[in-house]
Amino acid sequence: MKILVAIKQVPVRDSPLRVNAAGNWIAEDDLSFEINEPDAYALEEALQLKEKHSGEVIAICAGPARAQQTIREALAKGADRAIHIETGNLAAFDTLGIAKLLAAEAGSESPDLILTGLQSDDLGYGQTGVVLAELMGLPHSTIIMQVEVKGSAIRVKRELEDGWFQHISMPLPAVLTIQSGINKLRYATLMGIKKAKTKEIRRVSAAAPAEPTVRIEKIYAPQKAKQAQIFSGDPKTAAAALVEKLKFEARVL
Amino acid sequence: MKVLAILEHNAGRLHRMSWECLAAVQQLASEAEAALVGSSIAELAREAAAKQAARVWAVEHPLLENYTADGYTAALEQLLRKTTPDLVLLPHTYQTRDFAPKLATRFGRALISDAIAAGPESGSVTFVRQFFQGKLSGDVRAAGPGPHFASLQAGAWRTDALAAGSATIERFAPQLDAAQIRQTPEAPFREAERAVDLTAAELIVSVGRGIGEKDRIPVVEDLAKALGAELAASRPICDAGWLPMERQVGSSGQTVSPKLYLAVGISGAIQHLVGMKGSKTIVAINKDANAPIFEVADYGIVGDLFEVVPALAAEIRKVKS
Ligand SMILES: Cc1cc2nc3c(=O)[nH]c(=O)nc-3n(C[C@H](O)[C@H](O)[C@H](O)COP(=O)(O)OP(=O)(O)OC[C@H]3O[C@@H](n4cnc5c(N)ncnc54)[C@H](O)[C@@H]3O)c2cc1C
Ligand SMILES: Nc1ncnc2c1ncn2[C@@H]1O[C@H](COP(=O)(O)O)[C@@H](O)[C@H]1O
Repeated sequence: MKILVAIKQVPVRDSPLRVNAAGNWIAEDDLSFEINEPDAYALEEALQLKEKHSGEVIAICAGPARAQQTIREALAKGADRAIHIETGNLAAFDTLGIAKLLAAEAGSESPDLILTGLQSDDLGYGQTGVVLAELMGLPHSTIIMQVEVKGSAIRVKRELEDGWFQHISMPLPAVLTIQSGINKLRYATLMGIKKAKTKEIRRVSAAAPAEPTVRIEKIYAPQKAKQAQIFSGDPKTAAAALVEKLKFEARVL
Repeated sequence: MKVLAILEHNAGRLHRMSWECLAAVQQLASEAEAALVGSSIAELAREAAAKQAARVWAVEHPLLENYTADGYTAALEQLLRKTTPDLVLLPHTYQTRDFAPKLATRFGRALISDAIAAGPESGSVTFVRQFFQGKLSGDVRAAGPGPHFASLQAGAWRTDALAAGSATIERFAPQLDAAQIRQTPEAPFREAERAVDLTAAELIVSVGRGIGEKDRIPVVEDLAKALGAELAASRPICDAGWLPMERQVGSSGQTVSPKLYLAVGISGAIQHLVGMKGSKTIVAINKDANAPIFEVADYGIVGDLFEVVPALAAEIRKVKS
């Protein structure tokens, strides 16, 4: 089974975020980057499926040169090879543009299964996988918490709201967007890290971006709807002030 | 501007967020329309038609009885080619996540997902949405000719402004063929009964990823004990198996509204907030003063939870004794 996993590199969680000079994205110079969280679960799912059904896991990533580090980490965890669609200007593409970049490379691989994360931690559009499926003419399902391969078809468990789930079957090849928590993530072994150095990363330069249909005009700190009363000072003083309020103002103690 | 709301329904009822979506359409449209997709939805269409709109489209076909991404996309593509709206709005539900990007792609458009407000500019399609899980906001503009597509965040548009009226109901029968629909859905189900009913709890202390490791959960557990509160968690804590799934609060967990919800080391992503923002009093403890959780909190302490939480537990024990 040939499985393609789309991984995106995003700023490390809890990074201090500053708006860039143009005011339309964050300043990225001093940030560290890591794999988008649900994509780590998608990769793990691909590795587990390969262990069960044999085959090949290929990581695919569109991003600048620095994304190579994240790609290497995926290889160290067990992906067999990778495709790096290089672009210094990811922000010039809208989701449709990104999905087109991915579709062009994914198409020539003819995978049996494509996994993406359900949502990126930075943009949070939650749609690249679905758009990719549509561009490639493949069936898809989203927010997946379990994957069962049944010959030339799959049966997946899709998460619904409020703790509900649903099983859905569809023929392969297909695209799934994977939800965090579907499996238990592995760590890269020393052996894996060593092996990763010899694995193939095929680099292609991204096609020029088309005129985006959706554009981020401006990024800013959110407006606060409600003003929280913040207690400062040393922990003991702050805690005492809070308890006072909870007792006499909110009357919950 | 002609704006169409795609209304979601489950188990014979219109989704609560469908009304929010219709309220948004009423605000933004010069010509408001709504559409419902299903197999026998006359009753639901009548319910929707009691609100102010030019018309309600009942998109009906036996193959639309159960939701599938392929079926809904094919049916709605045909409707949109016929009705040519400038803008299509949907509630940002799990179902919309599943098919709306596909539908937008059919029209060469990208969906503006999870919008929290209509943009500042009028005359163009601009929406405000969150980036970085709510840590930043951004104005996002759709360019070029319509239809444009946007999905709306739960609770972002209020239904109290929803105007009553009497819309014309029009039936639309799409051309569908069973071979087009590749997904075969089974009936929705719930996992085994929940052993913990957080919805009944009056006081909840909830722990998030700020706790760092499983072994440190007792720090927060002790605060819950001091308060006599139930212990709950954000999703990553349950994903990691640090606490059982049944203690998860949020869109894929339980929705709670206790007298007191004390969030410790939780950033306040929307999927968590929808599960707890109805709480009467919200307290947040977080080391990041800009964490989105403070936007819904009544009280907060900015600081390291490993210093603040033990101090708070001690103070609570003091007033209780
Ligand atoms: C479809 C979907 C459904 C989802 N359903 C849910 C759901 O039901 N429930 C849910 O919770 N999430 C859900 N999520 C995930 C959600 O988007 C967030 O990723 C999640 O809520 C983040 O959890 P968190 O706040 O604990 O972690 P983080 O976002 O990592 O936040 C950790 C916080 O801890 C703070 N912190 C770190 N160290 C300390 C310290 N020493 N002292 C004090 N503060 C500290 C940080 O400043 C940060 O704000 C869902 C996501 C999707 C896409
Ligand atoms: N630049 C990219 N390179 C590789 N995969 C991506 C990229 N952008 C998005 N994806 C995939 O699409 C998923 C959803 O992203 P988004 O639509 O931005 O929320 C991510 O979890 C990734 O799996």
